[in-house]
Amino acid sequence: MIEIKNINKSFGDNNVLKNISFKFEKGKTNLIIGESGSGKTTLLRILIGLHDIDNGEVLYDGRDFTRLNTKDKRKLRQEIGVLFQKGALYDYMSVEENIMFPLTMFTNQSYEEKLQRVNDCLERVNLKNNNHLSVSELSGGMVKRVSIARAIVMQPKYLLCDEPNSGLDPKTAIIIDNLIQEITLESNITTIVNTHDMNSVMEIGQSIAYINNGEICWSGSKEELIENNNKQLNDFVFASKLFKRLKRN
Amino acid sequence: MRKLLKQLGQYFIMMSKVFSMPEMKNIFFKKLSLELEKIGLDSLGIVTIISFFIGAVVSIQTAFNFESPLFPKYLIGYATRESLILEFCPTMLSLILAGKVGSNIASEIGSMRITEQIDALEIMGVNSASFLILPKLFAAVLFFPILIILGISIGIVGGWIGCQTAGITAADYIYGIKYEFNSFYVTYCLIKTTVFAFIIATVSSYFGYHTKGGALEVGKASTRAVVYSSIIILIFNFILTDLLLA
Repeated sequence: MIEIKNINKSFGDNNVLKNISFKFEKGKTNLIIGESGSGKTTLLRILIGLHDIDNGEVLYDGRDFTRLNTKDKRKLRQEIGVLFQKGALYDYMSVEENIMFPLTMFTNQSYEEKLQRVNDCLERVNLKNNNHLSVSELSGGMVKRVSIARAIVMQPKYLLCDEPNSGLDPKTAIIIDNLIQEITLESNITTIVNTHDMNSVMEIGQSIAYINNGEICWSGSKEELIENNNKQLNDFVFASKLFKRLKRN
Repeated sequence: MRKLLKQLGQYFIMMSKVFSMPEMKNIFFKKLSLELEKIGLDSLGIVTIISFFIGAVVSIQTAFNFESPLFPKYLIGYATRESLILEFCPTMLSLILAGKVGSNIASEIGSMRITEQIDALEIMGVNSASFLILPKLFAAVLFFPILIILGISIGIVGGWIGCQTAGITAADYIYGIKYEFNSFYVTYCLIKTTVFAFIIATVSSYFGYHTKGGALEVGKASTRAVVYSSIIILIFNFILTDLLLA
């Protein structure tokens, strides 16, 4: 479980996150939703340690990430898999080298052991036998799947995904969503997905937090989301005609 | 002024990270061999062409200026050698390499920054500054002196060809090349080259590493890397010459 307590974050005079507290539960896909500029990307970057906080706590199963020393922080980071918005694959490496990279850096496994693990991960994301493709040869969906494979290769306890569906067609987006949810359930890990894609919310939203103007204004499941009476949230979620119809039904 | 001090501070913080021990020595040496190829071997062509023509032009111009019968002909070889060792090869070639290698380093690291590849390294717990910059720095510091020595040698050959067109005999030219040779000048040349290599690799890496935004900013970082590297090279050229030769 990942818990954030009373987090504040400002950039100069701009108070981006205002006293935010929330629990992201283990074995569930936890979604952070909100409009562009609402603070959700800042929150995710705080969770993965790319931004320092002004005050508050970020607890990974009770371990406060912000107060760990460099060595412990590094150890904890190896338990976190991250799927970046643009994939963040190393373009001078092949698919296999990209996925193998964390194993090479942090384990003493032999090449055969690492290759076995890489092949397992590639099979899990339905990209078997694509080891030697270069990053430039991959489609948008394949980049996301290879990124997922790299994120799970170290068998992380926590999986954090930033806009996993951005730039993908609806069919591929649903495949990626389902893949993230399946991995979460299979490995019983804590997954946080940062998104503003309402298809994702309806597909995999087991626990949803809505951020608006730097504050968590609402939280609940996707079923509760459909029934909610929060005007701000409804304006955001049911902005399209299709979702308005869903709300009416 | 405040911005400059901030940049200087950021540069030294980055350098302190760069000089931490490489986490995986085998990965470091693999990256170093790749960088030696990219930064060093891939620059051989441009260094050869430029050195050859610089040598040829220097000898022709010297011959043109030493037309008086009071000057012995071998002085053309002597002047060509001294010009190549003292200034043309270490400084001019370093400025050209600042353009070629520096922009390459800045754009490569800058692209990695904007596509979140550096963030991905940091999140994995990898010291991204050391992982990305240290092999480039080692490759530049190790290979640039080789390039410059090669440049001097090819420049001298170019000078010989230039002398042929200016009507100077090969015997006079070769005598001049060997005349009053001071080996400290080569040491001075190599010291300058090593310092310039350090400047090119680290200043370019700094601008790449601190890129923010998109593709446009990568281009700007690349331009800044070349401009700042060139200016700093010229400043250090003056300082080192004053310290070592004055």
